Amino acid sequence: MAVRSRPYVAAGVRLGQPGWVGRLFEHEAVFSWAMLAPAVLFLLAFVAYPFCYGLYISMTDLATGRAAHFVGLRNFIANTQDPAFWQVTRNTFIYTGGATVLKLLGGLLLALVMNQQFRAKNAVRAAFLLPWIVPTVLSAIAWMWIFDPTFSVINWVLVHLGLVARGPAWLGDGNLAMVAVIIANVWRGIPFYAITLLAALQTIPADLYEAAAIDGASPSQRFVHVTIPFLKPVLAIVTMFSVIWTFSDFQLVYVLTGGGPANATNLFATYAFNLAMGAGQLGQGASIALSMFPPLLLVILALTLYLRRSD
Amino acid sequence: MVGTHTWRVRTLRLYLPLAFFLLLTLFPFYWMLVTSLKPNEELYNLRNNPLLVYHPTLAHYVGVLLQTNFLRWTVNTLLVAVVTSVLSLVLGAMAAYPLARTRFPGAALVAVGIAATYLVPQTLLFIPMADIINALGLSNSLLSLVVTYPTFLIPFCAWLLMGYFKSIPRELEEAARIDGASRFQAMVRVVLPLAVPGLLSAFIFAFTLSQNEFLYALIFLTKSEIRTVPVGAIAELIRGDVFFWGQLMAAAVLGSVPVAVIYSFFVEYYVAGLTAGAVKG
Repeated sequence: MAVRSRPYVAAGVRLGQPGWVGRLFEHEAVFSWAMLAPAVLFLLAFVAYPFCYGLYISMTDLATGRAAHFVGLRNFIANTQDPAFWQVTRNTFIYTGGATVLKLLGGLLLALVMNQQFRAKNAVRAAFLLPWIVPTVLSAIAWMWIFDPTFSVINWVLVHLGLVARGPAWLGDGNLAMVAVIIANVWRGIPFYAITLLAALQTIPADLYEAAAIDGASPSQRFVHVTIPFLKPVLAIVTMFSVIWTFSDFQLVYVLTGGGPANATNLFATYAFNLAMGAGQLGQGASIALSMFPPLLLVILALTLYLRRSD
Repeated sequence: MVGTHTWRVRTLRLYLPLAFFLLLTLFPFYWMLVTSLKPNEELYNLRNNPLLVYHPTLAHYVGVLLQTNFLRWTVNTLLVAVVTSVLSLVLGAMAAYPLARTRFPGAALVAVGIAATYLVPQTLLFIPMADIINALGLSNSLLSLVVTYPTFLIPFCAWLLMGYFKSIPRELEEAARIDGASRFQAMVRVVLPLAVPGLLSAFIFAFTLSQNEFLYALIFLTKSEIRTVPVGAIAELIRGDVFFWGQLMAAAVLGSVPVAVIYSFFVEYYVAGLTAGAVKG
Protein backbone atom coordinates (compact mmCIF):
# COMPACT_ATOMS: atom_id res chain seq x y z
CA MET A 1 0.00 0.00 0.00
CA ALA A 2 2.63 2.46 1.11
CA VAL A 3 4.76 1.75 -1.93
CA ARG A 4 1.79 2.11 -4.25
CA SER A 5 0.61 5.44 -2.98
CA ARG A 6 4.01 7.11 -3.16
CA PRO A 7 3.99 8.18 -6.84
CA TYR A 8 0.53 9.67 -6.39
CA VAL A 9 1.52 11.64 -3.31
CA ALA A 10 4.62 12.84 -5.09
CA ALA A 11 2.56 14.02 -8.04
CA GLY A 12 0.12 15.70 -5.68
CA VAL A 13 2.90 17.60 -3.95
CA ARG A 14 4.51 18.63 -7.22
CA LEU A 15 1.25 20.03 -8.59
CA GLY A 16 0.07 21.37 -5.25
CA GLN A 17 -3.24 19.52 -5.35
CA PRO A 18 -3.67 16.84 -2.72
CA GLY A 19 -6.70 15.36 -1.03
CA TRP A 20 -10.17 14.13 -1.79
CA VAL A 21 -11.46 17.53 -2.92
CA GLY A 22 -8.97 17.51 -5.75
CA ARG A 23 -9.95 14.00 -6.73
CA LEU A 24 -13.65 14.91 -6.64
CA PHE A 25 -12.89 17.80 -8.96
CA GLU A 26 -11.44 15.40 -11.49
CA HIS A 27 -14.92 14.00 -11.97
CA GLU A 28 -16.17 15.60 -15.18
CA ALA A 29 -19.68 16.47 -14.04
CA VAL A 30 -18.57 17.71 -10.61
CA PHE A 31 -15.90 19.94 -12.13
CA SER A 32 -18.29 21.29 -14.75
CA TRP A 33 -21.04 22.14 -12.30
CA ALA A 34 -18.61 23.64 -9.79
CA MET A 35 -17.37 25.98 -12.53
CA LEU A 36 -20.88 26.82 -13.69
CA ALA A 37 -22.45 27.20 -10.28
CA PRO A 38 -21.56 30.86 -9.51
CA ALA A 39 -22.81 32.15 -12.88
CA VAL A 40 -25.90 29.94 -12.95
CA LEU A 41 -26.90 30.73 -9.37
CA PHE A 42 -26.38 34.44 -10.00
CA LEU A 43 -28.50 34.38 -13.15
CA LEU A 44 -31.22 32.39 -11.40
CA ALA A 45 -31.32 34.92 -8.56
CA PHE A 46 -31.10 38.10 -10.66
CA VAL A 47 -32.75 37.17 -13.97
CA ALA A 48 -35.02 34.16 -13.48
CA TYR A 49 -36.36 35.28 -10.10
CA PRO A 50 -37.02 38.92 -11.14
CA PHE A 51 -38.76 37.60 -14.23
CA CYS A 52 -41.12 35.43 -12.18
CA TYR A 53 -41.56 38.20 -9.62
CA GLY A 54 -42.41 40.56 -12.50
CA LEU A 55 -45.06 38.11 -13.68
CA TYR A 56 -46.54 38.19 -10.20
CA ILE A 57 -46.43 42.02 -9.98
CA SER A 58 -48.20 42.26 -13.33
CA MET A 59 -51.10 40.33 -11.82
CA THR A 60 -51.47 42.66 -8.85
CA ASP A 61 -52.59 46.25 -8.37
CA LEU A 62 -49.26 47.15 -6.76
CA ALA A 63 -48.68 50.89 -6.65
CA THR A 64 -46.13 53.07 -4.88
CA GLY A 65 -47.00 53.23 -1.20
CA ARG A 66 -49.73 50.61 -1.40
CA ALA A 67 -49.72 46.89 -0.71
CA ALA A 68 -50.32 44.50 -3.58
CA HIS A 69 -53.62 42.70 -4.13
CA PHE A 70 -53.88 39.86 -6.56
CA VAL A 71 -56.10 40.88 -9.47
CA GLY A 72 -55.45 38.08 -11.96
CA LEU A 73 -55.35 39.20 -15.56
CA ARG A 74 -57.17 42.47 -14.92
CA ASN A 75 -54.16 44.63 -15.89
CA PHE A 76 -53.74 42.82 -19.18
CA ILE A 77 -57.45 43.10 -19.95
CA ALA A 78 -57.33 46.81 -19.09
CA ASN A 79 -54.44 47.19 -21.56
CA THR A 80 -56.47 45.75 -24.41
CA GLN A 81 -59.18 48.37 -23.72
CA ASP A 82 -56.72 51.24 -23.53
CA PRO A 83 -56.27 53.12 -26.85
CA ALA A 84 -52.88 54.39 -25.59
CA PHE A 85 -51.67 50.79 -25.28
CA TRP A 86 -52.57 50.06 -28.89
CA GLN A 87 -50.88 53.22 -30.01
CA VAL A 88 -47.77 52.20 -28.10
CA THR A 89 -47.93 48.78 -29.75
CA ARG A 90 -48.20 50.36 -33.18
CA ASN A 91 -45.39 52.82 -32.38
CA THR A 92 -43.09 50.01 -31.25
CA PHE A 93 -43.68 48.01 -34.42
CA ILE A 94 -43.23 51.07 -36.68
CA TYR A 95 -40.06 52.05 -34.81
CA THR A 96 -38.62 48.53 -34.94
CA GLY A 97 -39.64 47.88 -38.54
CA GLY A 98 -38.53 51.24 -39.92
CA ALA A 99 -35.24 51.33 -38.06
CA THR A 100 -34.39 47.69 -38.83
CA VAL A 101 -34.95 48.01 -42.57
CA LEU A 102 -32.89 51.20 -42.76
CA LYS A 103 -30.07 49.76 -40.62
CA LEU A 104 -30.00 46.60 -42.70
CA LEU A 105 -29.83 48.45 -46.02
CA GLY A 106 -27.44 51.12 -44.79
CA GLY A 107 -25.23 48.60 -43.01
CA LEU A 108 -25.06 46.31 -46.04
CA LEU A 109 -24.23 49.24 -48.31
CA LEU A 110 -21.52 50.49 -45.97
CA ALA A 111 -20.07 46.97 -45.62
CA LEU A 112 -19.89 46.62 -49.42
CA VAL A 113 -18.20 50.02 -49.73
CA MET A 114 -15.76 49.12 -46.97
CA ASN A 115 -14.98 45.78 -48.60
CA GLN A 116 -12.71 47.49 -51.15
CA GLN A 117 -9.02 48.19 -50.88
CA PHE A 118 -8.14 51.69 -49.72
CA ARG A 119 -5.66 53.43 -47.49
CA ALA A 120 -6.19 53.90 -43.73
CA LYS A 121 -8.96 51.30 -43.81
CA ASN A 122 -8.58 50.35 -40.17
CA ALA A 123 -8.76 53.96 -39.03
CA VAL A 124 -11.89 54.51 -41.13
CA ARG A 125 -13.46 51.38 -39.70
CA ALA A 126 -12.67 52.58 -36.18
CA ALA A 127 -14.33 55.92 -36.96
CA PHE A 128 -17.46 54.20 -38.26
CA LEU A 129 -17.85 52.30 -35.02
CA LEU A 130 -17.87 55.45 -32.87
CA PRO A 131 -21.67 55.87 -32.74
CA TRP A 132 -21.91 52.34 -31.38
CA ILE A 133 -19.23 52.93 -28.73
CA VAL A 134 -20.23 56.28 -27.30
CA PRO A 135 -22.89 55.93 -24.59
CA THR A 136 -26.29 56.31 -26.26
CA VAL A 137 -27.57 58.90 -23.83
CA LEU A 138 -24.65 61.21 -24.61
CA SER A 139 -25.10 61.01 -28.37
CA ALA A 140 -28.86 61.39 -27.86
CA ILE A 141 -28.10 64.76 -26.25
CA ALA A 142 -26.41 65.80 -29.49
CA TRP A 143 -29.42 64.58 -31.49
CA MET A 144 -31.75 66.50 -29.21
CA TRP A 145 -29.89 69.70 -30.12
CA ILE A 146 -29.86 68.73 -33.81
CA PHE A 147 -33.66 68.49 -33.66
CA ASP A 148 -34.15 71.56 -31.45
CA PRO A 149 -37.31 73.52 -32.43
CA THR A 150 -35.48 76.86 -32.73
CA PHE A 151 -31.84 76.03 -33.29
CA SER A 152 -32.08 72.83 -35.37
CA VAL A 153 -29.07 72.62 -37.66
CA ILE A 154 -31.12 70.52 -40.10
CA ASN A 155 -33.60 73.36 -40.43
CA TRP A 156 -30.76 75.87 -40.82
CA VAL A 157 -29.44 73.84 -43.76
CA LEU A 158 -32.92 73.41 -45.29
CA VAL A 159 -33.65 77.13 -45.03
CA HIS A 160 -30.28 78.15 -46.45
CA LEU A 161 -30.66 75.76 -49.36
CA GLY A 162 -33.94 77.52 -50.05
CA LEU A 163 -35.95 74.32 -49.65
CA VAL A 164 -38.27 75.61 -46.95
CA ALA A 165 -39.11 79.03 -45.61
CA ARG A 166 -39.26 77.84 -42.02
CA GLY A 167 -38.10 74.47 -40.69
CA PRO A 168 -40.54 72.10 -38.92
CA ALA A 169 -40.51 71.41 -35.19
CA TRP A 170 -39.00 67.95 -35.43
CA LEU A 171 -39.86 66.71 -31.99
CA GLY A 172 -43.10 68.69 -31.73
CA ASP A 173 -45.01 66.89 -34.47
CA GLY A 174 -46.04 63.27 -33.90
CA ASN A 175 -44.98 61.84 -37.26
CA LEU A 176 -41.78 63.87 -37.49
CA ALA A 177 -40.85 62.91 -33.93
CA MET A 178 -41.10 59.25 -34.92
CA VAL A 179 -38.92 59.95 -37.97
CA ALA A 180 -36.43 61.74 -35.71
CA VAL A 181 -36.08 58.90 -33.18
CA ILE A 182 -35.77 56.40 -36.03
CA ILE A 183 -32.98 58.49 -37.60
CA ALA A 184 -31.10 58.61 -34.31
CA ASN A 185 -31.56 54.86 -33.82
CA VAL A 186 -30.37 54.10 -37.36
CA TRP A 187 -27.33 56.32 -36.90
CA ARG A 188 -26.37 54.40 -33.79
CA GLY A 189 -27.18 50.95 -35.19
CA ILE A 190 -25.63 50.99 -38.66
CA PRO A 191 -22.05 50.34 -37.41
CA PHE A 192 -23.10 47.03 -35.82
CA TYR A 193 -24.56 45.81 -39.11
CA ALA A 194 -21.74 47.22 -41.24
CA ILE A 195 -18.82 45.86 -39.23
CA THR A 196 -20.37 42.44 -38.73
CA LEU A 197 -21.34 42.13 -42.38
CA LEU A 198 -17.90 43.37 -43.42
CA ALA A 199 -16.30 40.60 -41.38
CA ALA A 200 -18.59 38.10 -43.10
CA LEU A 201 -17.82 39.53 -46.55
CA GLN A 202 -14.12 39.03 -45.91
CA THR A 203 -14.65 35.31 -45.35
CA ILE A 204 -16.07 34.81 -48.87
CA PRO A 205 -13.35 33.06 -50.90
CA ALA A 206 -12.18 35.21 -53.84
CA ASP A 207 -12.10 32.21 -56.22
CA LEU A 208 -15.88 31.90 -55.95
CA TYR A 209 -16.21 35.33 -57.57
CA GLU A 210 -13.57 34.45 -60.14
CA ALA A 211 -15.35 31.21 -61.03
CA ALA A 212 -18.65 33.07 -61.35
CA ALA A 213 -17.02 35.74 -63.52
CA ILE A 214 -15.49 33.10 -65.81
CA ASP A 215 -18.93 31.54 -66.15
CA GLY A 216 -20.12 34.91 -67.43
CA ALA A 217 -21.97 36.18 -64.35
CA SER A 218 -22.45 39.95 -64.26
CA PRO A 219 -21.53 41.88 -61.12
CA SER A 220 -25.17 42.03 -60.02
CA GLN A 221 -25.58 38.28 -60.66
CA ARG A 222 -22.45 37.62 -58.60
CA PHE A 223 -23.93 39.72 -55.82
CA VAL A 224 -27.23 37.82 -55.86
CA HIS A 225 -25.79 34.32 -56.30
CA VAL A 226 -22.50 34.48 -54.40
CA THR A 227 -22.56 37.35 -51.89
CA ILE A 228 -26.11 37.10 -50.61
CA PRO A 229 -26.16 33.32 -49.99
CA PHE A 230 -22.87 33.65 -48.10
CA LEU A 231 -24.14 36.55 -46.00
CA LYS A 232 -27.52 35.00 -45.25
CA PRO A 233 -26.70 33.33 -41.90
CA VAL A 234 -24.91 36.42 -40.60
CA LEU A 235 -27.67 38.69 -41.86
CA ALA A 236 -30.21 36.56 -40.03
CA ILE A 237 -28.35 36.68 -36.73
CA VAL A 238 -27.48 40.37 -36.89
CA THR A 239 -31.05 41.29 -37.80
CA MET A 240 -32.54 39.22 -35.00
CA PHE A 241 -30.18 40.76 -32.44
CA SER A 242 -31.01 44.21 -33.71
CA VAL A 243 -34.75 43.55 -33.69
CA ILE A 244 -34.59 42.50 -30.04
CA TRP A 245 -32.63 45.61 -29.03
CA THR A 246 -34.75 48.00 -31.07
CA PHE A 247 -38.04 46.51 -29.94
CA SER A 248 -37.06 46.87 -26.29
CA ASP A 249 -35.33 50.25 -26.70
CA PHE A 250 -35.65 52.83 -23.97
CA GLN A 251 -32.78 55.32 -23.73
CA LEU A 252 -33.02 57.08 -27.05
CA VAL A 253 -36.74 57.74 -26.89
CA TYR A 254 -36.64 58.61 -23.20
CA VAL A 255 -34.02 61.31 -23.84
CA LEU A 256 -35.27 62.65 -27.17
CA THR A 257 -39.04 62.80 -26.68
CA GLY A 258 -39.95 61.08 -23.42
CA GLY A 259 -42.58 59.27 -25.50
CA GLY A 260 -44.28 62.46 -26.67
CA PRO A 261 -45.73 64.46 -28.22
CA ALA A 262 -49.04 62.99 -27.03
CA ASN A 263 -47.77 59.39 -26.98
CA ALA A 264 -46.64 59.58 -30.61
CA THR A 265 -43.23 58.01 -29.90
CA ASN A 266 -44.01 56.06 -26.73
CA LEU A 267 -42.65 52.51 -26.95
CA PHE A 268 -43.50 49.61 -24.63
CA ALA A 269 -40.44 50.35 -22.51
CA THR A 270 -40.96 54.11 -22.17
CA TYR A 271 -44.71 53.69 -21.58
CA ALA A 272 -44.09 51.07 -18.88
CA PHE A 273 -41.50 53.37 -17.33
CA ASN A 274 -43.84 56.37 -17.35
CA LEU A 275 -46.64 54.35 -15.74
CA ALA A 276 -44.47 52.59 -13.15
CA MET A 277 -41.90 55.21 -12.21
CA GLY A 278 -43.85 58.35 -13.14
CA ALA A 279 -47.39 57.49 -12.05
CA GLY A 280 -46.39 54.83 -9.51
CA GLN A 281 -48.63 52.17 -11.06
CA LEU A 282 -46.18 49.31 -10.74
CA GLY A 283 -48.64 46.49 -11.49
CA GLN A 284 -49.99 48.12 -14.63
CA GLY A 285 -46.46 49.08 -15.71
CA ALA A 286 -45.22 45.52 -15.24
CA SER A 287 -48.07 44.24 -17.41
CA ILE A 288 -47.02 46.67 -20.18
CA ALA A 289 -43.36 45.65 -19.92
CA LEU A 290 -44.36 41.98 -20.06
CA SER A 291 -46.40 42.62 -23.19
CA MET A 292 -43.04 42.87 -24.93
CA PHE A 293 -42.33 39.30 -23.99
CA PRO A 294 -44.44 37.23 -26.44
CA PRO A 295 -43.06 38.90 -29.60
CA LEU A 296 -39.55 38.95 -28.11
CA LEU A 297 -39.84 35.30 -27.16
CA LEU A 298 -40.52 34.36 -30.78
CA VAL A 299 -37.38 36.13 -31.94
CA ILE A 300 -35.31 34.83 -29.02
CA LEU A 301 -36.43 31.25 -29.66
CA ALA A 302 -35.68 31.55 -33.35
CA LEU A 303 -32.27 32.99 -32.62
CA THR A 304 -31.32 30.43 -29.94
CA LEU A 305 -32.38 27.56 -32.16
CA TYR A 306 -30.46 29.08 -35.03
CA LEU A 307 -27.32 29.51 -32.94
CA ARG A 308 -27.58 25.96 -31.60
CA ARG A 309 -28.08 24.52 -35.06
CA SER A 310 -25.12 26.31 -36.58
CA ASP A 311 -22.86 25.20 -33.73
CA MET B 1 -7.79 57.07 -70.50
CA VAL B 2 -7.85 53.86 -68.53
CA GLY B 3 -6.48 55.80 -65.58
CA THR B 4 -9.28 58.39 -65.63
CA HIS B 5 -11.84 55.64 -66.05
CA THR B 6 -10.74 53.66 -63.00
CA TRP B 7 -10.48 56.87 -61.04
CA ARG B 8 -14.04 57.76 -61.95
CA VAL B 9 -15.29 54.30 -60.98
CA ARG B 10 -13.39 54.47 -57.71
CA THR B 11 -14.81 57.89 -56.91
CA LEU B 12 -18.31 56.65 -57.57
CA ARG B 13 -18.00 53.32 -55.78
CA LEU B 14 -15.65 54.18 -52.98
CA TYR B 15 -14.83 57.81 -52.22
CA LEU B 16 -18.29 59.33 -52.60
CA PRO B 17 -20.22 56.76 -50.55
CA LEU B 18 -17.40 56.64 -48.01
CA ALA B 19 -17.46 60.44 -47.65
CA PHE B 20 -21.25 60.38 -47.35
CA PHE B 21 -21.23 57.76 -44.57
CA LEU B 22 -18.33 59.43 -42.76
CA LEU B 23 -20.12 62.77 -42.82
CA LEU B 24 -23.29 61.21 -41.38
CA THR B 25 -21.35 59.25 -38.76
CA LEU B 26 -19.16 62.04 -37.54
CA PHE B 27 -21.46 65.05 -37.82
CA PRO B 28 -23.21 64.58 -34.43
CA PHE B 29 -19.78 64.42 -32.76
CA TYR B 30 -18.64 67.55 -34.57
CA TRP B 31 -21.88 69.23 -33.55
CA MET B 32 -21.38 68.17 -29.93
CA LEU B 33 -17.84 69.60 -29.89
CA VAL B 34 -18.68 72.85 -31.70
CA THR B 35 -21.68 73.53 -29.48
CA SER B 36 -19.71 72.86 -26.31
CA LEU B 37 -17.15 75.52 -27.30
CA LYS B 38 -19.63 78.33 -28.08
CA PRO B 39 -20.32 81.11 -25.61
CA ASN B 40 -24.04 81.46 -24.84
CA GLU B 41 -24.42 84.70 -26.90
CA GLU B 42 -23.28 82.76 -29.93
CA LEU B 43 -25.13 79.55 -29.08
CA TYR B 44 -28.50 81.26 -29.03
CA ASN B 45 -27.89 83.68 -31.91
CA LEU B 46 -29.80 82.71 -35.05
CA ARG B 47 -27.86 85.04 -37.33
CA ASN B 48 -24.51 83.22 -37.05
CA ASN B 49 -23.49 80.25 -39.11
CA PRO B 50 -24.12 77.51 -36.52
CA LEU B 51 -21.46 75.23 -38.00
CA LEU B 52 -18.65 77.54 -36.94
CA VAL B 53 -17.35 78.85 -33.64
CA TYR B 54 -16.44 82.53 -33.66
CA HIS B 55 -15.24 82.98 -30.08
CA PRO B 56 -14.41 79.55 -28.66
CA THR B 57 -14.58 79.28 -24.89
CA LEU B 58 -14.04 76.57 -22.31
CA ALA B 59 -16.60 78.13 -19.99
CA HIS B 60 -19.07 75.25 -20.35
CA TYR B 61 -16.38 72.71 -19.52
CA VAL B 62 -15.36 74.69 -16.46
CA GLY B 63 -19.02 74.95 -15.52
CA VAL B 64 -19.63 71.22 -15.82
CA LEU B 65 -16.50 70.34 -13.89
CA LEU B 66 -16.91 72.89 -11.11
CA GLN B 67 -20.66 73.40 -10.72
CA THR B 68 -21.79 69.79 -11.02
CA ASN B 69 -20.60 66.48 -9.64
CA PHE B 70 -19.33 65.52 -13.07
CA LEU B 71 -15.93 64.22 -11.90
CA ARG B 72 -17.64 62.17 -9.26
CA TRP B 73 -20.00 60.72 -11.89
CA THR B 74 -17.04 59.85 -14.09
CA VAL B 75 -15.29 58.05 -11.25
CA ASN B 76 -18.54 56.22 -10.42
CA THR B 77 -19.09 55.19 -14.03
CA LEU B 78 -15.54 53.92 -14.51
CA LEU B 79 -15.53 52.15 -11.16
CA VAL B 80 -18.78 50.34 -11.87
CA ALA B 81 -17.66 49.49 -15.41
CA VAL B 82 -14.34 48.01 -14.26
CA VAL B 83 -15.75 46.07 -11.31
CA THR B 84 -18.73 44.64 -13.20
CA SER B 85 -16.63 43.79 -16.27
CA VAL B 86 -13.97 41.96 -14.24
CA LEU B 87 -16.58 40.13 -12.20
CA SER B 88 -18.53 39.11 -15.27
CA LEU B 89 -15.39 38.09 -17.12
CA VAL B 90 -14.34 35.75 -14.29
CA LEU B 91 -17.78 34.18 -13.84
CA GLY B 92 -18.33 34.11 -17.60
CA ALA B 93 -15.02 32.37 -18.28
CA MET B 94 -15.71 29.83 -15.51
CA ALA B 95 -19.09 29.06 -17.07
CA ALA B 96 -17.85 29.03 -20.65
CA TYR B 97 -15.03 26.54 -20.09
CA PRO B 98 -17.09 23.46 -19.16
CA LEU B 99 -19.72 24.37 -21.75
CA ALA B 100 -17.04 24.40 -24.43
CA ARG B 101 -15.02 21.43 -23.22
CA THR B 102 -16.67 18.82 -21.02
CA ARG B 103 -19.70 16.57 -21.25
CA PHE B 104 -22.09 16.62 -18.34
CA PRO B 105 -25.81 16.27 -17.72
CA GLY B 106 -27.68 19.51 -18.31
CA ALA B 107 -25.04 21.09 -20.54
CA ALA B 108 -27.39 21.84 -23.44
CA LEU B 109 -30.00 23.35 -21.14
CA VAL B 110 -27.46 25.67 -19.50
CA ALA B 111 -26.04 26.77 -22.86
CA VAL B 112 -29.50 27.66 -24.18
CA GLY B 113 -30.40 29.30 -20.87
CA ILE B 114 -27.35 31.53 -20.97
CA ALA B 115 -27.95 32.51 -24.60
CA ALA B 116 -31.59 33.32 -23.83
CA THR B 117 -30.61 35.32 -20.73
CA TYR B 118 -28.33 37.52 -22.84
CA LEU B 119 -31.29 38.37 -25.03
CA VAL B 120 -33.68 39.30 -22.21
CA PRO B 121 -33.67 43.10 -22.21
CA GLN B 122 -33.40 45.20 -19.05
CA THR B 123 -36.61 46.96 -20.00
CA LEU B 124 -38.47 43.72 -19.32
CA LEU B 125 -37.15 43.39 -15.77
CA PHE B 126 -36.74 46.89 -14.38
CA ILE B 127 -39.94 47.03 -12.31
CA PRO B 128 -39.38 43.85 -10.28
CA MET B 129 -35.65 44.63 -10.18
CA ALA B 130 -36.32 48.03 -8.60
CA ASP B 131 -38.34 46.32 -5.89
CA ILE B 132 -35.64 43.70 -5.28
CA ILE B 133 -32.89 46.35 -5.08
CA ASN B 134 -35.04 48.25 -2.59
CA ALA B 135 -35.63 45.15 -0.51
CA LEU B 136 -31.89 44.44 -0.45
CA GLY B 137 -31.31 48.00 0.76
CA LEU B 138 -29.09 48.81 -2.21
CA SER B 139 -30.94 51.86 -3.57
CA ASN B 140 -28.69 54.87 -3.95
CA SER B 141 -25.60 52.71 -3.75
CA LEU B 142 -23.29 51.76 -6.59
CA LEU B 143 -23.67 48.20 -5.36
CA SER B 144 -27.12 48.19 -6.99
CA LEU B 145 -25.33 48.42 -10.35
CA VAL B 146 -22.62 45.93 -9.39
CA VAL B 147 -25.39 43.44 -8.67
CA THR B 148 -27.50 44.13 -11.76
CA TYR B 149 -25.05 44.80 -14.60
CA PRO B 150 -23.66 41.24 -14.55
CA THR B 151 -27.17 40.03 -15.46
CA PHE B 152 -26.41 41.02 -19.07
CA LEU B 153 -22.59 40.99 -18.92
CA ILE B 154 -22.09 37.40 -17.69
CA PRO B 155 -24.18 35.82 -20.47
CA PHE B 156 -22.38 37.95 -23.03
CA CYS B 157 -18.89 37.03 -21.74
CA ALA B 158 -19.82 33.36 -21.41
CA TRP B 159 -21.24 33.25 -24.93
CA LEU B 160 -18.24 34.96 -26.50
CA LEU B 161 -15.67 32.90 -24.58
CA MET B 162 -17.44 29.63 -25.31
CA GLY B 163 -16.73 30.19 -28.98
CA TYR B 164 -13.19 31.24 -28.23
CA PHE B 165 -12.39 28.22 -26.03
CA LYS B 166 -13.72 25.92 -28.73
CA SER B 167 -11.18 27.33 -31.17
CA ILE B 168 -8.25 26.28 -28.94
CA PRO B 169 -6.98 22.77 -29.84
CA ARG B 170 -8.02 20.14 -27.33
CA GLU B 171 -4.68 18.35 -27.71
CA LEU B 172 -2.90 21.01 -25.64
CA GLU B 173 -5.02 20.29 -22.58
CA GLU B 174 -4.89 16.56 -23.16
CA ALA B 175 -1.10 16.71 -23.15
CA ALA B 176 -1.15 18.66 -19.90
CA ARG B 177 -3.62 16.20 -18.37
CA ILE B 178 -1.39 13.25 -19.31
CA ASP B 179 1.47 15.06 -17.59
CA GLY B 180 -0.62 15.02 -14.43
CA ALA B 181 -2.32 18.41 -14.46
CA SER B 182 -5.76 18.52 -12.88
CA ARG B 183 -8.75 19.79 -14.88
CA PHE B 184 -8.54 23.12 -13.10
CA GLN B 185 -4.81 23.47 -13.79
CA ALA B 186 -5.30 22.56 -17.45
CA MET B 187 -7.85 25.35 -17.68
CA VAL B 188 -5.92 28.02 -15.78
CA ARG B 189 -2.40 27.29 -16.99
CA VAL B 190 -2.95 26.03 -20.52
CA VAL B 191 -6.21 27.34 -21.93
CA LEU B 192 -6.59 30.75 -20.27
CA PRO B 193 -3.16 32.06 -21.39
CA LEU B 194 -4.03 31.09 -24.95
CA ALA B 195 -7.42 32.76 -24.63
CA VAL B 196 -6.05 36.18 -23.68
CA PRO B 197 -7.24 37.84 -26.93
CA GLY B 198 -10.72 36.44 -26.34
CA LEU B 199 -10.68 37.58 -22.72
CA LEU B 200 -9.62 41.08 -23.82
CA SER B 201 -12.41 41.21 -26.40
CA ALA B 202 -14.97 40.19 -23.82
CA PHE B 203 -13.62 42.70 -21.31
CA ILE B 204 -13.60 45.67 -23.70
CA PHE B 205 -17.08 44.83 -24.92
CA ALA B 206 -18.44 44.37 -21.40
CA PHE B 207 -16.79 47.64 -20.40
CA THR B 208 -18.57 49.61 -23.13
CA LEU B 209 -21.89 47.86 -22.44
CA SER B 210 -21.56 48.80 -18.79
CA GLN B 211 -20.76 52.45 -19.63
CA ASN B 212 -23.77 52.59 -21.89
CA GLU B 213 -26.32 51.28 -19.39
CA PHE B 214 -28.89 53.88 -18.44
CA LEU B 215 -32.22 52.47 -17.25
CA TYR B 216 -31.07 50.72 -14.06
CA ALA B 217 -28.78 53.60 -13.13
CA LEU B 218 -31.65 56.05 -13.68
CA ILE B 219 -34.00 54.11 -11.42
CA PHE B 220 -31.64 53.02 -8.65
CA LEU B 221 -29.56 56.17 -8.21
CA THR B 222 -31.37 59.33 -7.18
CA LYS B 223 -28.67 61.07 -5.17
CA SER B 224 -26.34 63.30 -7.14
CA GLU B 225 -23.03 62.04 -5.67
CA ILE B 226 -23.60 58.42 -6.61
CA ARG B 227 -24.91 58.95 -10.13
CA THR B 228 -23.24 57.80 -13.35
CA VAL B 229 -22.39 60.18 -16.20
CA PRO B 230 -25.44 59.57 -18.45
CA VAL B 231 -27.91 59.82 -15.55
CA GLY B 232 -26.17 62.82 -14.02
CA ALA B 233 -26.12 64.70 -17.31
CA ILE B 234 -29.80 64.09 -18.04
CA ALA B 235 -31.02 64.62 -14.50
CA GLU B 236 -29.02 67.70 -13.55
CA LEU B 237 -28.26 69.63 -16.72
CA ILE B 238 -31.90 69.68 -17.76
CA ARG B 239 -33.89 71.46 -15.07
CA GLY B 240 -37.56 71.43 -15.92
CA ASP B 241 -37.83 73.17 -19.26
CA VAL B 242 -34.41 74.74 -19.02
CA PHE B 243 -31.71 73.02 -21.03
CA PHE B 244 -28.12 74.01 -20.30
CA TRP B 245 -27.08 73.22 -23.87
CA GLY B 246 -23.47 74.30 -23.60
CA GLN B 247 -22.90 72.30 -20.44
CA LEU B 248 -24.91 69.35 -21.77
CA MET B 249 -22.64 69.19 -24.81
CA ALA B 250 -19.51 69.63 -22.71
CA ALA B 251 -20.69 66.75 -20.51
CA ALA B 252 -21.42 64.64 -23.61
CA VAL B 253 -17.91 65.30 -24.95
CA LEU B 254 -16.23 64.65 -21.61
CA GLY B 255 -18.30 61.51 -21.05
CA SER B 256 -17.49 60.13 -24.49
CA VAL B 257 -13.75 60.71 -24.33
CA PRO B 258 -12.75 57.98 -21.81
CA VAL B 259 -14.78 55.37 -23.70
CA ALA B 260 -13.40 56.47 -27.05
CA VAL B 261 -9.79 56.50 -25.80
CA ILE B 262 -9.99 53.04 -24.26
CA TYR B 263 -11.76 51.79 -27.37
CA SER B 264 -9.12 53.25 -29.71
CA PHE B 265 -6.41 51.22 -27.97
CA PHE B 266 -8.30 47.97 -28.40
CA VAL B 267 -10.26 48.46 -31.64
CA GLU B 268 -9.17 45.10 -33.02
CA TYR B 269 -10.31 43.24 -29.91
CA TYR B 270 -13.54 45.17 -29.91
CA VAL B 271 -14.27 44.29 -33.52
CA ALA B 272 -13.40 40.66 -32.79
CA GLY B 273 -15.87 40.67 -29.90
CA LEU B 274 -18.55 42.35 -31.99
CA THR B 275 -18.29 39.88 -34.83
CA ALA B 276 -17.61 36.74 -32.78
CA GLY B 277 -21.26 36.17 -32.02
CA ALA B 278 -22.42 36.46 -35.58
CA VAL B 279 -19.53 35.33 -37.78
CA LYS B 280 -17.73 32.06 -37.58
CA GLY B 281 -14.20 31.36 -38.76
